Amino acid sequence: MAAVSLREVRKAYGSLEVIHGVSAEIADGEFVVIVGPSGCGKSTLLRMVAGLERITSGEVAIGGRVVNELEPKDRDIAMVFQNYALYPHMSVYENMSYGLRIKGFPRSEIDARVRRAAGILELEPFLNRKPRELSGGQRQRVAMGRAIVREPSVFLFDEPLSNLDAKLRVQMRAELQALHRRLGTTSLYVTHDQVEAMTLAHRMIVMNAGRAEQVGSPLAVYARPATAFVAGFIGSPPMNLVPRDGKLLGVRPEELEPCAESEANLVAQVDLVEQLGADILVHGTVDSTRLVVRLPASRKIAEGRLPLRFDPARAHWFDPASGARLDP
Amino acid sequence: MVENRRWLDILCHAVLIAGILAIAFPLYVTFVASTLTQDEILRVPMPLVPGEHFRANYSQVLSAGSHSGAAAPVGRMMFNSLVMALAIALGKIAISVIASFAIVYFRFPLRNFFFWMIFITLMLPVEVRIIPTYKVVSDLGMLNSYVGLTLPLIASATATFLFRQFFLTVPEELAEAARMDGAGPMRFFVDVLLPLSRTSIAALFVIQFIYGWNQYLWPLLVTTEESMYTTVIGIKRMVTGGDALTEWNLVMATAMLALLPPALVVVLMQRWFVKGLVETEK
Repeated sequence: MAAVSLREVRKAYGSLEVIHGVSAEIADGEFVVIVGPSGCGKSTLLRMVAGLERITSGEVAIGGRVVNELEPKDRDIAMVFQNYALYPHMSVYENMSYGLRIKGFPRSEIDARVRRAAGILELEPFLNRKPRELSGGQRQRVAMGRAIVREPSVFLFDEPLSNLDAKLRVQMRAELQALHRRLGTTSLYVTHDQVEAMTLAHRMIVMNAGRAEQVGSPLAVYARPATAFVAGFIGSPPMNLVPRDGKLLGVRPEELEPCAESEANLVAQVDLVEQLGADILVHGTVDSTRLVVRLPASRKIAEGRLPLRFDPARAHWFDPASGARLDP
Repeated sequence: MVENRRWLDILCHAVLIAGILAIAFPLYVTFVASTLTQDEILRVPMPLVPGEHFRANYSQVLSAGSHSGAAAPVGRMMFNSLVMALAIALGKIAISVIASFAIVYFRFPLRNFFFWMIFITLMLPVEVRIIPTYKVVSDLGMLNSYVGLTLPLIASATATFLFRQFFLTVPEELAEAARMDGAGPMRFFVDVLLPLSRTSIAALFVIQFIYGWNQYLWPLLVTTEESMYTTVIGIKRMVTGGDALTEWNLVMATAMLALLPPALVVVLMQRWFVKGLVETEK
């Protein structure tokens, strides 16, 4: 178990800086998700914690020890890769035990650890199989098993679920949560999927273009996005951002409701209605800005003019130039 | 075949049978000739059914070579050929796999320069650099030795290039996972990379074994003692010039013997060979 500190961490390739000084404190046992669109530097940040990328400046500390110059194996961490990176020619058992064998653990200890991890992950029947004989979900579990047997003080996950199909992803998400509850190991988890981030995270770091835009619990980030970017990224569908009075007005799709023309805060031109079963999503434009409204499926909405209202107390305002949140 | 059409079937078979005849018939004639006596071969037309001297001819060449040409036993030559083919095949694989490992997985100054240096030698077959190579080998006193026979042929751009291409297809995460597991570069090489390359290694072994076995020009230059002749050279030396003098039955028997080991290697390693050329296991 260990806390992880990122202090003004920067990464530059030559003169091109891709991470512009990220700082965050991850408490012991916490599950922190780094989320952002592709190319925002979230994987690079994780790989710097892992020791697979050099840290250009700033410090990464694990358990109070600065690890900038340490090899990955000396950082007391374990990583789960997006494509699992299982050794194709080794059996599941060999894959999971490889790191321990290198470290020279006694055979009985290795066996005990592998069997325990296999038990947790329900992998016992597959220990003698090769990775290619496993399904995607099972491979994913082997990759996690390989991390678990090392009993590291920090788990690093690099988009571990993105190669799975949608249904399996939901299931593995639940298993990951259960696993974390059981092991209580500090975890850093990178994803581009904000639903994964919302459901898994104790706290999340929302990244954009190499900067941490906001660090906070999922609900706090959802309720009070610190920037227009976070507002437009978190939530499914994300917050509507409409220019108003020289500022950016942010309203969640579920905060909008149809009303009489006289009470309307906004008037949308509806061009598409999507059925989701329980809900409908109404797509339209306000002054040539796209806008989405989430309504119960019982509402009948036709294409064309739609007056909408919202509670001004639940609206968010952002500076259009800097994107920063403007509090009234 | 997409469709089943009778005339197409017939055409396909005709082409295949013609191909087999073109390849198999000369082989058959060689075999027949190796079982006849000198006189029977020179008869016109030559008989096309195997004769009765199979055992006599083969034991003659294996133990004592020909009467009129080179008198070195073919058994010895086959041993020489085997040493040469194995040394070339294994040496080439060992050197090129290590060279490609360095080129793909390590960042060192002039890395690309070295790779292209190796690559450019692809364009220079043995024959082009044969005179300087001969000079070097002879100055080092390696004529008529196994080292002289094999060493100049071991450096291989082809194999290095093939291994490099294969290593580039191995996902980078595998190396990173090994690093996380605490495996050093050599450990990764031995535990992960080599097992993954085994089909490529097998395919290369087959190709290089045959390449080594069939070497002609180089052994012709560096071997002057009969005890160092390879089988291919032995055949050449048995042909003394003039049909009357050359014991074609013995030459053909030697040719058949020369054919055996490469054929065996191909047959025995066929499964691996095809796998290595077709599939990359990842």
